[in-house]
Amino acid sequence: MISYEPVIGLEVHAQLQTNSKLFCGCSTKFGANPNGQTCPTCIGLPGALPVLNRKAVEFAVKFGLAIQAQVPARSIFARKNYFYPDLPKGYQISQFEQPVVKDGHLHIQVEGQPSKRIGITRAHLEEDAGQSAHDGWPQSKTKSYVNLNRSGIPLLEIVSEPDLRSPEEAYAYLTELKAILQYLEICDGNMEEGSLRCDANVSVRPVGQEKFGTRTELKNLNSFNNVRRAIQHEINRQIAVLNSGGEIIQATLLWDAEAQKTRVMRTKEDSQDYRYFPDPDLFPLAVSPAMVQAAKSLIPELPRAKYERFIRDWGLPEIDAQILTGDKVLAAYYEQVAQECNNPKSAANWIMTELLRELKSDDRGLDACPINASHLAELIRLIDDNTISGKIAKEVFGEMFSTGKSANAIVEEKGLRQITDESALRQLVENVLAQFPAQVEEYRGGKQKVFGFFVGEMMKATKGKANPALVNQLLRNCLDT
Amino acid sequence: MLSTLGSIREKLGSGEISSEELVQNCLNTIQGQDEKIGAFLQVHGEKALESAREIDRRRQQGEAMGALAGIPIAIKDNINIEGFHTTCASRMLENFISPYDATVIQKLKAAGAIFLGKTNMDEFAMGSSTEHSALRKTVNPCAPSCVPGGSSGGSTAAVAAGMAPLALGSSTGGSIRQPAAFCGVVGLKPTYGRVSRYGLVAFGSSLDQIGPIASDVPGCAELLQVIAGHDPFDSTSAPNPVEDFSAWLGQPLKGLRIGLVSEFETEGLQPEIQAALTRATAFLKAQGAECVTIQLPHTEYAIPTYYLIATAEASSNLARFDGVRYTKRAEGIRNLQEMYTQSRNQGFGMEVKRRILLGTYCLSSGYYEGYYLNAQRVRTKIIEDYQQAFQKCDLILAPTTPTSAFEIGEKTQDPVAMYLSDIFTVPANLAGIPAISFPSGKDQKNRPIGLQLMAPFFGEAKMLGVADHLHRHFAAPS
Repeated sequence: MISYEPVIGLEVHAQLQTNSKLFCGCSTKFGANPNGQTCPTCIGLPGALPVLNRKAVEFAVKFGLAIQAQVPARSIFARKNYFYPDLPKGYQISQFEQPVVKDGHLHIQVEGQPSKRIGITRAHLEEDAGQSAHDGWPQSKTKSYVNLNRSGIPLLEIVSEPDLRSPEEAYAYLTELKAILQYLEICDGNMEEGSLRCDANVSVRPVGQEKFGTRTELKNLNSFNNVRRAIQHEINRQIAVLNSGGEIIQATLLWDAEAQKTRVMRTKEDSQDYRYFPDPDLFPLAVSPAMVQAAKSLIPELPRAKYERFIRDWGLPEIDAQILTGDKVLAAYYEQVAQECNNPKSAANWIMTELLRELKSDDRGLDACPINASHLAELIRLIDDNTISGKIAKEVFGEMFSTGKSANAIVEEKGLRQITDESALRQLVENVLAQFPAQVEEYRGGKQKVFGFFVGEMMKATKGKANPALVNQLLRNCLDT
Repeated sequence: MLSTLGSIREKLGSGEISSEELVQNCLNTIQGQDEKIGAFLQVHGEKALESAREIDRRRQQGEAMGALAGIPIAIKDNINIEGFHTTCASRMLENFISPYDATVIQKLKAAGAIFLGKTNMDEFAMGSSTEHSALRKTVNPCAPSCVPGGSSGGSTAAVAAGMAPLALGSSTGGSIRQPAAFCGVVGLKPTYGRVSRYGLVAFGSSLDQIGPIASDVPGCAELLQVIAGHDPFDSTSAPNPVEDFSAWLGQPLKGLRIGLVSEFETEGLQPEIQAALTRATAFLKAQGAECVTIQLPHTEYAIPTYYLIATAEASSNLARFDGVRYTKRAEGIRNLQEMYTQSRNQGFGMEVKRRILLGTYCLSSGYYEGYYLNAQRVRTKIIEDYQQAFQKCDLILAPTTPTSAFEIGEKTQDPVAMYLSDIFTVPANLAGIPAISFPSGKDQKNRPIGLQLMAPFFGEAKMLGVADHLHRHFAAPS
């Protein structure tokens, strides 16, 4: 049996977070009444003309710099001609031969593998089309409806090189890309709401073969998990076809997330000729060195740099650094906790194990987190200065999460301060040992396991507040002498 | 004798006539003659009178008045006026009422101009005779068996017939100058970018310009003064400051160098037009100007280049007329494909279809390089030709058209013959330079003859000055 290697490239459409559309002054706010955010330009009235939104250009330049790409001094807007009811001009203004960004790259990290550089062929600016609605409206049985609020919203189409070799790599690429976009504050990265959209080009080839196999394009991948699943499904399908002596047909496939399978949207035979040509309504886009310089000053520390710093300076495990830098808000939260408690590792542990789990089970985002970073840092400080034990801390954490109160307040309120008074504890130890003479005998007879029993009794007696290290030490002192 | 903008304004200022009377006179002329001439597609008489009365009231109260306060104007029906139909003389847009004003309309409103109505044209400005209008026939007021020229034939006919002292046209390849020449009026195509295209229904976006039409050169200059200027809503509009277009009127011609194009000397040129050119040259020399022969070596490629670029852009510009929203949708369609094909098949006329097909072909994969890109390269050569020519001269003098107005129906069956009537006008559009056509006598059949002057980029003022001299010379009894 031949063994195959997948070859994957992703085309990502990132909706840019500008206040107004790419070629007119209409608002980009989500959720307005259908066709409520439109003007002659974005609905393609006869005679209306486009005027480029400079903010969108700034965003594209920032992205180009963030992926170490070229930002040519001159790029060109072109018309992509095709007919569709939600494309009001009969063409989309996009970029074709000369995009605003080209030849960049980013690094991905798949667990257990070394980091890998993925090329980004190009990124170009284009306007979004409107939306067609085929059901849910009064006359949906006989009519389709068109909403043009989305028409003209700025998109950055980001095209990767076919450098990805597994669904996991594709997932990691998308995750990293989303993080970069979020860090740059140019796209919110929400796939479910459509502000990040992904198409995947997938082919397979026998391991060792240089030539690419025939590829298919997967569309409608509307979540990160769907990207991974659909690609895996398509790889399996292609391998099965080849193994049974068949041939891959170049086609565009739609992913059906519910059925977990693909269906053919169109094949190469009915591929369209978009008749691209430079848009005569827009002169070539000039990006000056001053614009590039200005954009450079707006770029924050990016996820990759943060990831490396967390590992280098704070000794975090790679996987922790990966998760904590994957989201800008999370990274900022973590950094604040780590700095305020001066214990980055403990901060990472608390966030990764307790906080994220609680948030997930509550189905909340970090933005709705009841524990702010300062409160979490305070909790960690209370552990580190022995005010409370780790075990009590978990209880306090639970209370903080449900009430939003500070750690100190809870500790004081409930009297959870750790007992570190050595003489008081020694007294208690003596009481416990006196209470269980048989077990003391057993222990002294060599049954070391019984030690745990005494610890348990001590904790019971102090309602868990005894300093565990001190309890251990005192018990040993009394038992071993 | 047509009244000029200057004389009208004098009468308005002195109170000899009110704006309401002026508008009423125009409406009367339209009512009396337009059934025969067919210049207008819509007339908004009541609205115009109402605006005129408002202007009169303000004038009486001594309020500050705009440059064109109370002056009636006719607008080509491919320029949007809020609340008016914009049909482009097409079945496709028969029911489209514009919800917005073109920038030139806003400027005219601010200047106090009064809109009489919208004028006939070749459908989507594609044609040179106004015979391609799907809505109405227009005849030449100066030669009733002839076409008025096109595509702005309705606007030039309206001015020529005295229905409006001023009009706006649009030019992609000669659509202002050619009908101006045929109808015996003055028409100017500005430098590309001098006048905002926002609100002008696009035909060939890189060529289109709105321009003024009037009975005399100063009228054109004043109308241009009102509509010119940078517009943030048109990315291709020029940021250059607007000069005083009347500054050169009446200035002496002495020392000016006028270029005569050797490539324009063709056998097809009507003898009377050649004679007019000779007369103009003699006058200029007599006034102390110098006439030099210049070369525009790529002239023979201008028409094919134009028909590739203009149609390519048109094929894309007209894609929005798809039957989905404001355009006419075909009846009885069963699916999306039929909606497009039937609506476009029924909505567009023959010439428009021909050009959409030509342009689509020209942009198609496999042909783009050979047609569209090569046409762009030739266009660059043509621009360079003019740059070199203007090293040797200040302005270029040439015939506007090879012949005077032709008979109705004469060229409708032969598109190439029709296209060739634009041979002297197309190069200025390709080069983006300004050009003006002015009446230069009549031929033996008493049909008007037009000559044109072309100028370097943004050289409108000097061009207007010289055109005014020449126009007056031809208008004077010889």
